[in-house]
Amino acid sequence: MSNKGNVALTIIKPRSGWQVIDFKELREYRDLFFSFVWRDVKVMYAQTILGLSWAILQPAIHIVIFTIIFGKVAKIGTDGIPYVLFSSVAIIPWNYIAQSMTQSSHSLISGQNMLGKIYFPRLVFPIAPILSKLVNFGISLLIVSGIMIYYRVSPTVNLLYLPVFIVMMMLVPAAVGLWLSSLAIRFRDVQHIMPFFIQLLMYTAPIIYSASTIPEHYRIFYSLNPLVGVIEGFRACMLGMPIPWHYVWPGTVVGVLLLFTGALYFRRMESIIVDVI
Amino acid sequence: MGNESKVIKVENISKCYRIGLKDNMHDTLVKTVFKALKSPLDNYRRYRSLYKFDDINPDSDDMRSDVIWALKDISFEVNAGEVVGIIGLNGSGKSTLLKILSKITDPTNGRAEIVGKLSSLLEVGTGFHSELTGRENIYLNGAILGMKKKEIDRKFDEIIDFSGVEKFIDTPVKRYSSGMRVRLAFAVAAHLEPDLVLIDEVLAVGDIQFQKKCLNKMQDIGQQGRTVLFVSHNMQAVTRLCPRTILLNNGRLVEDGPSNNVVSAYMGADKSTRAIREWDDLADAPGDEAVKLWAVRIRTEDGLVSEAMDIRKPVYVELEYEVLQPNYIFLVYYHLMNSDGLELFETIENDSSWMDRPRPVGRYVSTSCIPGNLLSEGILYVSPAIRTLNPEIRRLRVNDAVAFHVVDSVDGDSARGSYMSNLGGVVRPLLKWETHFTEQMKTQSQKFLKR
Repeated sequence: MSNKGNVALTIIKPRSGWQVIDFKELREYRDLFFSFVWRDVKVMYAQTILGLSWAILQPAIHIVIFTIIFGKVAKIGTDGIPYVLFSSVAIIPWNYIAQSMTQSSHSLISGQNMLGKIYFPRLVFPIAPILSKLVNFGISLLIVSGIMIYYRVSPTVNLLYLPVFIVMMMLVPAAVGLWLSSLAIRFRDVQHIMPFFIQLLMYTAPIIYSASTIPEHYRIFYSLNPLVGVIEGFRACMLGMPIPWHYVWPGTVVGVLLLFTGALYFRRMESIIVDVI
Repeated sequence: MGNESKVIKVENISKCYRIGLKDNMHDTLVKTVFKALKSPLDNYRRYRSLYKFDDINPDSDDMRSDVIWALKDISFEVNAGEVVGIIGLNGSGKSTLLKILSKITDPTNGRAEIVGKLSSLLEVGTGFHSELTGRENIYLNGAILGMKKKEIDRKFDEIIDFSGVEKFIDTPVKRYSSGMRVRLAFAVAAHLEPDLVLIDEVLAVGDIQFQKKCLNKMQDIGQQGRTVLFVSHNMQAVTRLCPRTILLNNGRLVEDGPSNNVVSAYMGADKSTRAIREWDDLADAPGDEAVKLWAVRIRTEDGLVSEAMDIRKPVYVELEYEVLQPNYIFLVYYHLMNSDGLELFETIENDSSWMDRPRPVGRYVSTSCIPGNLLSEGILYVSPAIRTLNPEIRRLRVNDAVAFHVVDSVDGDSARGSYMSNLGGVVRPLLKWETHFTEQMKTQSQKFLKR
């Protein structure tokens, strides 16, 4: 009880209307945030035999299945790129997006025991998986490097753009997670829709096929899906093709808009989350 | 301490919940099918309206069926270093109040100001993950409770030491016994260094040993000049630890003052734990054609009817009854039970002037005196009964007719001295103890000579 210099004053009153994100408070809770990320990573493969190898095995199995079905059986056009190479550079970011999006959307429901017992910025819940799944993503990049080496693809300057697309790749599940986690706490229907939603996203994004197969005059609508820019961007970076900015920009605008509105909506719901669990 | 600065200021806090999620039952198949088709829309409206209170006027007392006021116009202030108990029946709003003060949920109306760093312990081990090891959970739980990583690093050894699970610190918590889990969780909570602590029934978990440890820790916290709000059902703990207590009833603050008075008011509010029971009507009064019981009262030595009894002072149990038929020899007695249902004793009226003598028709008052420094802390129930001996028939018995609460305010001269933790036993006599100091070992005979 000695240093009374800067005593924190907390004011508790009803909140109403739209709130902006309290970044100062988030900063105060950053240790908690990283604890959550680290918990997710630790727990991800707890009590498995293969442990972290799953981070490689999972996408590898995906790649094999896709290559057999879509590459060999359906013989989908890939602009002349070997199908394994073509699909793996898309599956790696897609796996990350699907996993982090699902976990982020479920985050409030799976953390509901904690919600009623202690206060911290609720934003920690949907955002932590966005970071923790990056660990998997990083590991699974090894597969792509392996395949690239096998096909003797030499890295180009385009690879320097990769961080940009990684940020974009994180933006999508963050935006969707903010929206769906706060919606799911009110309407549990979200949980049941989620698997279809993820599947739909996969087929609408150019993962198993190339964006160039979409007819010219639909491309502008197609590119409003932020995943299109991310996936095509990843391909271009890794395989040294020209960066398809015409896909990237519309998607980025939509993604940022979703993130912004998601954050607003989340903040609005934050004050009533505990009451409607 | 000393400076009387307000650290908690609560002004007219109210909290409204909507619970109107009632499903209508349908009696015909057609209605049920129709409802199933229509229900998505209804459900949407219902879930949507869960948090909308625009249509509710907080000032009106209109008791709409689907809305409950968990708290209504609560105002109080707490000074720095005060330890305040919060009591009330289940559903009286205690937990809601703590949830609002710890920012878990927003109030519907009103505001509160809190000065200083606040920790709330509404549960021990919040966020424990069973796949993580004890060590990892210390860090995770610490972070959730608001500790910085550096702070945890610094206190880590202390925490492990306090928890007593150092052997298993690198074992996943799922392999812990529930006791170990709780100990570890409490160890983390005990090493928080907030200015204010909100505690909710944390002490209700764990075994006696652990509860003792918690109470001791609570005591320490209080003595370190921290401000504590302590929600509990344990009246002994409240009267012992908190000089001041707030009583909530149906979401309203009904009493705020010295714990003994408030606890007494609390018990008085509940019919089953009142210190007085009177029957106005002969027809309602327990008994038969020979004798009727009119009243049972618990009085202090000053003759006041009271629910709260000082552990050091005698308790007077008074039975008022009317003999309706002459020539009976009566046995007037009562049982004293504690809240665990254990019978402490049974005592029979033994006034020599009425021993083995038939009593004339009329009213009688029999009073027994339970000496001070005999009963242990807690709630005690009196079950009076009257028998006739010629012939031997039980004429009446009223189970738990009245109750009183034995309170130890720990002024140092009761049987517990200044020891604050739980003491065992159903009685707590103040025994005479002597301790002699001997400088070196002497033979038995010398020791006796010295006495």
